[in-house]
Amino acid sequence: MNLPETSPQQSHRRYFFEKFGITERLLERCLGEALSAGGDYADLYFESVTSTSLGVDEQIVKSASTGTSSGCGIRVLSGERTGYAYTDNLNSDRLLHAAKTAALIASGPAKQPIQGFTETRSGDLYPVPMGGFDLDLAARLELILRADKAARAFDNRIVQVRAGYSEELRRILVAGSDGSIASDTQPLCRLNVFVIAKDGQLTTKGSAGGGGRAGLEQFSGTKSPEHLAQEAARGAILQLGAVPAPAGEMQVVLGPGWPGILLHEAVGHGLEADFNRKGTSAFSGLVGRPVASPKVTVVDNGTMQGRRGSLNVDDEGSPTQETVLIENGVLKGYLTDKLSSRLMGTANTGSGRRESYHCIPMPRMTNTYMLAGEDDPEDILRSVKHGLYAVNFGGGSVDITNGKFVFSASEAYLIEDGKITAPVKDATLIGNGPEALKYVSMVGNDLKLDEGIGTCGKDGQSVPVGVGMPTIKLDRMTVGGTGR
Amino acid sequence: MSDAVILQAGPALDLPSLAVDVVNLAVQAGASDAEVVVREGDEFSVNVRMGQVETLKESGSRALGLRVYAGKRTASASTSDLTADGIRQVVEGAMALAKVTEEDPFVGLPERDEFGSIKDDLHLYYEDVYSLPGPERIDLARRTEAAALAADKRISNSDGGSFDAATGMKVLANSRGFVGSYRSSYAGVSAAPLAADENGHMQRDGWWSSARRMANLESPESVGAEAARRTIRRLGARRVSTQRVPIVFSPEAARSLIGSVFDAASGDAIWRHASFLAGKLGEQIGAPTLNIIDDNTMLLPTGVGGFGTSPFDGEGLPSRRTVLLENGVLRNYMLNTYAARKLGMKSTHNASRGLAGAPGIGPGNLYLEAGAQTPEQIIGEVKAGLYVTSLMGFGTNIVTGDYSRGAAGLWIENGEFTHAVEEITIAGNLGEMLKNIVAIGNDLVFRGSVASPTIRIDGMTIAGA
Repeated sequence: MNLPETSPQQSHRRYFFEKFGITERLLERCLGEALSAGGDYADLYFESVTSTSLGVDEQIVKSASTGTSSGCGIRVLSGERTGYAYTDNLNSDRLLHAAKTAALIASGPAKQPIQGFTETRSGDLYPVPMGGFDLDLAARLELILRADKAARAFDNRIVQVRAGYSEELRRILVAGSDGSIASDTQPLCRLNVFVIAKDGQLTTKGSAGGGGRAGLEQFSGTKSPEHLAQEAARGAILQLGAVPAPAGEMQVVLGPGWPGILLHEAVGHGLEADFNRKGTSAFSGLVGRPVASPKVTVVDNGTMQGRRGSLNVDDEGSPTQETVLIENGVLKGYLTDKLSSRLMGTANTGSGRRESYHCIPMPRMTNTYMLAGEDDPEDILRSVKHGLYAVNFGGGSVDITNGKFVFSASEAYLIEDGKITAPVKDATLIGNGPEALKYVSMVGNDLKLDEGIGTCGKDGQSVPVGVGMPTIKLDRMTVGGTGR
Repeated sequence: MSDAVILQAGPALDLPSLAVDVVNLAVQAGASDAEVVVREGDEFSVNVRMGQVETLKESGSRALGLRVYAGKRTASASTSDLTADGIRQVVEGAMALAKVTEEDPFVGLPERDEFGSIKDDLHLYYEDVYSLPGPERIDLARRTEAAALAADKRISNSDGGSFDAATGMKVLANSRGFVGSYRSSYAGVSAAPLAADENGHMQRDGWWSSARRMANLESPESVGAEAARRTIRRLGARRVSTQRVPIVFSPEAARSLIGSVFDAASGDAIWRHASFLAGKLGEQIGAPTLNIIDDNTMLLPTGVGGFGTSPFDGEGLPSRRTVLLENGVLRNYMLNTYAARKLGMKSTHNASRGLAGAPGIGPGNLYLEAGAQTPEQIIGEVKAGLYVTSLMGFGTNIVTGDYSRGAAGLWIENGEFTHAVEEITIAGNLGEMLKNIVAIGNDLVFRGSVASPTIRIDGMTIAGA
């Protein structure tokens, strides 16, 4: 490894070497042990995370907590098989024991890992590092106190305000039996506001949040504590006057930004390579076929500066990239990791991610969004005679196999004769992944990314992600309300 | 106290003693009170897909969480590093953070006379979940999948069969003299087969069995066959039109509704006015046939402890049985110590506990009491309606009670299933739904810690084609 002293990768790596006494020799011994019963590939994933969170509730700073977690996950790949073991103790005996356990997946003559390591070059997408125990708590406290104040000031019907700030610094080091070594230090922070509004017997909630892989300076403009607090409060007050959401199939206009969760559920998960390699996705075998209107181009991009879903390298040590999933309506490809790209004979898109060293990596999304079109958002709304305009959502989910997905609107309005009218209560929207985007008839010129609040769950593993979208019009989608 | 005790971190580390040591270190560092949680766990899992081992995972880990009090201020810290250095950092970290929090008059440990632990053997731990040699564990997974694949020729693919085993130890100690610990065990088999119809439309479903000891696991063959039956019955699914009809919730679908009632009755939501049940204590909020119980002391009919059974709660208060709903009347809010103090009540011993942060509120064994009708009778009485087998999404708003979720299931016509249904939503308001539960089945089975029999709810809206 001949890297200049200034290389960021080298400083990320040094953390593990100095703090835990890891050496290149130990990495090689562990990889050798992991391949002692054969196998195609083995890797070691070292992770060390420190996190801090602060909360204000009822105008009192009630909570503060900090945590650290370190460990190593060792994986052996043999054909389609994966053996995995982890340890939270990084001494050489425990690491070698974990390597031996992971090796149980294979049963053949020992293989030799490549000697010596070559550093994987990667981007520089976020500033490093933020704190530890000695971080500047006062500046962080100020954020939540400002949010609390702004939410209370918004309307005297706001009766409860909670604001929370959390941040983590995640260091990783990935060494593979192919001689690759990659390291990264990943900051992530987030500010959240939750409010309750009350008017007589009526009670409603509102929430807003923002964050990303950047320092405190990001909490300005649309991510300022005041703006987020006002958004949460505005949402709750709006719900006080909401009418029942309509029920049935209708035209739906989705606002820009966070409604991009549609893409995450409707197509993103279905395009993760593990499902397609096994033929269990509704999108299996559809590469080259139309799965959306020609106005639709969707990408997954892990290389955006400072965004919540961005990564310099994925959790297998591969550089992330921008991957076109759907181009002008045609399915272009899948999100792959090392295992699936090898088995499918396709390029690795750098999408192998995991929640922690306890977990086997899987193909996952990073920042998933639809490219802007040419329509004026005003024209899109004007074109709808009777429909729903949804601008904010809670969570969503999808059944990969039959393609059915849902996402739940938390701020939506009726559209009548091209005009936005009454706000409606929470309602779930449902559709079919390979079909839903074929009904996209207009795409706005106002692409926006979300504020940095998304967390994606798959097989029990949570990872931070981003979504984005311009305003779009779907000619039909089922809205799950109770009204007419 | 010297560091010597802590430095012996190794397989034989006595976790209750470690927890007490850390409590003492925190008090020495100036905490007016302290509370320590230690978790230790081992896990094994194997997934077999299309007859071949796909993943094999085996490991163990432990972690410690500390919560300190400085009068009416509190803060917490956690670590996976149980060496002397790691412990010292946790204590310093928590104490430093306790300086930035502010006084909250309701915060603090429970009173000394409230602590306790159930002395009887709750039958939570059976070493035999690890008794099988590796090849036999793999064989359990293989047999479960094989039974699913063999059940019907329309089963075309598989996400595999699996066998999982886990044991864990939880320790809680505090500066008011409470020290408690218990072990628990778990084993499970499952299968997730796929089926395709003549047009190539695929469906997937699954089934599982879980138990605290091997003897109580259902056979891999029965689990695999049931997984296949559930997958096959989804074939040919189609949408139905938007309408208002009776909806019969299968036990699996009904469980989540009972969970939402618990969330709405949870003291944190109540004192924040963030629940449609706030202020409704003692009122009739559901049908008079409705009895919902949370019993953290329960043994299953096999004599083994329930999946939600424990000797004490997350604050060291002895586990107990609490009636949430009696004949449709809201009898209790579900409380930990903090929420109880906010509401001027006593804890119902429902504190839940993570490593860091304040105790939450959670259920033990939560269930809707069985009724008299068989599920077949309930379905047989429906002229036209929907039998829901699965729900999707997060569309439950416990503040307003508004409920709107994706659903799949079977259509009922004149009391008989006619075809599978998908890509629809069902919607209503929990407050009204609870009153409109018009039938409760006799089929209450604990497959997990939350259980419900089949129920029928009238007045909900289906949105579809």
